[in-house]
Amino acid sequence: MDRPMRLSRRGLAALLLPAPALAQGEGRGRPRVVVIGGGFGGASCARALHGHALDVTLVEPNATYTACPFSNAVIAGLRPISAQRFGYDALRAQGIAVVQQAATGVDATARRVRLRDGAELAYDRLVLSPGITLRFEALPGYDAAAAEALPHAWQAGAQTELLRRQLVAMEDGGTVVMTIPANPYRCPPGPYERASLIAHYLKQSKPRSKLIVLDAKDVFSKQRLFEAAWAALYPGLLEYVPLSMGGRVTAVKPGERSVVTDFGDHSGAVVNVIPPQRAGDIAAQAGVADRSGWCPIDPASFESRLVPGVHVIGDAAIAGAMPKSAFAANAQARVCAAAIAGLLRDAPVQPPKLLNTCYSLVAPGYGISVAGVYQPANGLLSDVPGAGGTSPLAAPAAVREAEARYAEDWFETITADAFA
Amino acid sequence: MARVLINVPRTAARGEVITIRTLIQHLMETGYRPDANGVVAPRDIIRRFTCRYDGEVVFQAELSPAIAANPFLSFTTVATRSGVVEMSWEGDNGFAQTETRDLTVT
Repeated sequence: MDRPMRLSRRGLAALLLPAPALAQGEGRGRPRVVVIGGGFGGASCARALHGHALDVTLVEPNATYTACPFSNAVIAGLRPISAQRFGYDALRAQGIAVVQQAATGVDATARRVRLRDGAELAYDRLVLSPGITLRFEALPGYDAAAAEALPHAWQAGAQTELLRRQLVAMEDGGTVVMTIPANPYRCPPGPYERASLIAHYLKQSKPRSKLIVLDAKDVFSKQRLFEAAWAALYPGLLEYVPLSMGGRVTAVKPGERSVVTDFGDHSGAVVNVIPPQRAGDIAAQAGVADRSGWCPIDPASFESRLVPGVHVIGDAAIAGAMPKSAFAANAQARVCAAAIAGLLRDAPVQPPKLLNTCYSLVAPGYGISVAGVYQPANGLLSDVPGAGGTSPLAAPAAVREAEARYAEDWFETITADAFA
Repeated sequence: MARVLINVPRTAARGEVITIRTLIQHLMETGYRPDANGVVAPRDIIRRFTCRYDGEVVFQAELSPAIAANPFLSFTTVATRSGVVEMSWEGDNGFAQTETRDLTVT
């Protein structure tokens, strides 16, 4: 039973490779794993794979990574963007080959990755951690050029700074409009944290201004905690318009700085459009994305359900109940690395348990969180019943302060784990 | 009274195809869902939506328990003459609500 399975899994191309390529052990014969994408998922996975004594190459076009968690604090002026930037020197120093190139294609039969400069990398197993691509085509009127006037700031970096500059330049009394897409998208509570921190900035610096939040859903992560905080901290300043109140945005008019809903237009001095998303481009090129735009995976090994030998982690993966977060990507990276090490050595893959915690700031010194534990069930990652939960709804200020500190501690820990 | 959102153009050219959109806030309780105590909540849905334009029915829909809360309807009609667009929702437990908008055809 076992032998034919192994033959079909590895495929003929792998069998024709010289034997040492698949052999265990030290030195040149170690199995080669290529990781595409140097975010929280990719960097963490490269490190974990290296820890399993595999030959690891990380492919990432950017010299530095700009982290999304805490980038909402940059938009609100609470944090410099430099605190969000991380490099790959530590990964290089420990023996991971970091190739600063964009991956342009995957040949899953020959097990090779093509790079923009024309070079190719051979692999025994491939990990894709490509994050997201914005689906501009899903929002008429919105495109890369429009995003220079109406920033999305949903991929941290220049867009984050642009939105910050626009808020600073706005006159007191101006209207800020924010739009939030339907599920699924990167960082489920992120838009609500952003709304909170923009409201905080307006309250402090531009108190005659207003923030209108247009949402394509009625229900969202940590909703009761956010809504209680908004009522307490930003009454009359933050107006939340859910789907059932006409909050779904169907088009964007960049020239008028306005967005269109089914029941009218909303214009603002600053307009932050968070568009619908899908898995990063290389996922579709590799054939691991399905019609939803995201990547179905085996919940124990994170191996693609569509292309054998390719694993997908982080925001790009369809991880069932597990949200698209940096914490989740980091947790998935370790599980995926252990599974790959096992598969390459013909060891059975153990069913994992994965943890996720998402902290959100609703104001400086006011943090809230949601935690979950996940395990494979019926082919998907599912909630472990009774595990996890959210911050208490009624809690003294000291609890919120402590959670804000935990959020910072978490960021230090996870960025150290991935990059330091 | 349930909260209603309506989008009917104020003016239209004669012969123009206009889009009408409505959203009514309603739970649309299916009648199959047990509550926290295990007791099945009785059905409470909107059953029928009717749009009359200058007295004539131009669109009608029958709604069922499978339709999500806060039903959103979008449909088109042809602007023929100035008149009142009257939209009415009827449902379980005697639910009835009517809203009107004036449409001027030029």
